[in-house]
Amino acid sequence: MSAIDEVIAQIPYARFLEVREDNDEDGSLVVLPFRDEIVGNVNLPAVHGGVVGAFLELTALLQLMEQGLERVPRPINFNIDFLRSVGPHDTRGRAEIVKHGRRIANVRVLAWQDDRARPVAAGIGNFLL
Amino acid sequence: MMPRYALEQFFGGDHQPLVTHVPHCKHLDMRLVEAAPCAGTVSLPWQERLVGNPATGVVFGGVITTLLDHACGLAVTCSLEKLIAIATLDLRIDYLRAAVPGCELFARAECYKSTRNVAFVRGTAWDEDADDPFATCLATFMLGAHSAGHGADRMKNEAEQSS
Repeated sequence: MSAIDEVIAQIPYARFLEVREDNDEDGSLVVLPFRDEIVGNVNLPAVHGGVVGAFLELTALLQLMEQGLERVPRPINFNIDFLRSVGPHDTRGRAEIVKHGRRIANVRVLAWQDDRARPVAAGIGNFLL
Repeated sequence: MMPRYALEQFFGGDHQPLVTHVPHCKHLDMRLVEAAPCAGTVSLPWQERLVGNPATGVVFGGVITTLLDHACGLAVTCSLEKLIAIATLDLRIDYLRAAVPGCELFARAECYKSTRNVAFVRGTAWDEDADDPFATCLATFMLGAHSAGHGADRMKNEAEQSS
């Protein structure tokens, strides 16, 4: 089991979303599998915006936890830009730690579906370590 | 007189399909507390499966995102004169404190300004006391975001046919 999968196994909500770790040519990423239970708009259909936001936040948190922190970081704030409708497919997310300070970490996340050049959502947030 | 708002018939009532027509909200056991002109309040029972930190039992921050996002969407929907498709453009959340473990969560949002294309919303989330929120948010929504129609359209038609 990878470090990220071990953290996922410890977080009930991460198991609830059924997220898992995956890899591409640029390294590890987090996958949100599509299923009917996460739909927000049945007409399109599209994943619920709240789930997309939660997934971005979770991806950011997992990236921080992978650094081997003793405590679970607490989010201070989080900003989500919804760039495209999130269709009935798996969503991939990758986080980047912009700044890892002594007390605060700033983390940026990008999510996409089939094409990384067409992101569906972007997030940025501050976490208390 | 024609009602001003598209969902006016549900204001002040206990019409749960307003929330449960959304599959993810139904899956979460989210409840409608109140729909009002340009405002919406929803609640979520505390659940073990939504915990983010098993050491403390505090729900995952993203769950609050979903609750607030939904309250914001409901507030925008309750401001519409015609049910057109809406989509969240951006959402910013401030986590003021941890939500109390074991407590039911509430979120209320208000659409305080709409232009032809964009609606502006603010919301708060609380557990034990509405005056002591654990999170606040600001969001903007696109109006007429796509041609697929509003997700509540079918729900409204079904309510009208059954009455």
